[in-house]
Amino acid sequence: MSEAVRFHFTVDGDDFTSAGQASVQVKKNLRTLGIAPEIIRKVSIAMYEGEINMVIHAGGGEADVLIFEDRIEIHLCDNGPGIANIDLAMQEGFSTAPDNIRSLGFGAGMGLPNMKRYSDSITIDSALGKGTKILMTVNLS
Amino acid sequence: MKISQIQELLEAEVICGGNELDKEVSSACGSDMMSDVLAYVKDQAVLLTGLVNPQVVRTAEMMDMVCIVFVRSKAPTEEMITLAEEHGMVLLKTSKRMYEACGKLYAAGLGAKGVTV
Ligand SMILES: Nc1ncnc2c1ncn2[C@@H]1O[C@H](COP(=O)(O)OP(=O)(O)OP(=O)(O)O)[C@@H](O)[C@H]1O
Ligand SMILES: [Mg+2]
Repeated sequence: MSEAVRFHFTVDGDDFTSAGQASVQVKKNLRTLGIAPEIIRKVSIAMYEGEINMVIHAGGGEADVLIFEDRIEIHLCDNGPGIANIDLAMQEGFSTAPDNIRSLGFGAGMGLPNMKRYSDSITIDSALGKGTKILMTVNLS
Repeated sequence: MKISQIQELLEAEVICGGNELDKEVSSACGSDMMSDVLAYVKDQAVLLTGLVNPQVVRTAEMMDMVCIVFVRSKAPTEEMITLAEEHGMVLLKTSKRMYEACGKLYAAGLGAKGVTV
């Protein structure tokens, strides 16, 4: 078994302008690796939603993308406020985003449901006051 | 429809991507909410929006869109133009408002197919 290819990013939480940069870079890297377009699409959208969430809800964090022979894993880790009720947060339309986020085009409460939709599995591990860890897996072929 | 027809119908200014105007596109969507673009768009190639920030370009790139039309004469920033150029994306600017711009394109045969609800 060959080693997994790994990309690491620090997601800046202080600068909304840069939000989404890591996902754009991952999309580029996956293209270079010759990954199928449908897979790239799933990984990019799932990661982008998660990356934006880290910026707007958690003050930034770390993102790791691991490419194995049979799957791609997206690990997102932040030290933000945590998610009080994950079941509620997973519902379409649930959002705690303030108005200034909405005026930037986000905060419809669609991100987490979309992350679930575009990944083959998602686990969310969150502790109030500590942070949130998300693992999304997209199967290859 | 070709992107050049969109430009003509909307009397739009080409901001970048001028050599991609021959590209064929078959559907579009209009929104100022990137959350909704991410959640509802499937295969639309064109985004009409009144929102101006780098996430507009990044969101369109994530959705494999090839053209963004800024309505109400909203002008993209230099940073957005650079990003769009990197992705070979066409940026257009029209003075028309969202409703009219979408209506004109829809009436000319550019549908909304691929929007999932
Ligand atoms: N990393 C995170 N840290 C803390 N809270 C989070 C995090 N991610 C999501 N949440 C909480 O879960 C809610 C739902 O997230 P979701 O991504 O579905 O919607 P949103 O980010 O508010 O809006 P949208 O994704 O449509 O722009 C958020 O409003 C926020 O309260
Ligand atoms: Mg979100």
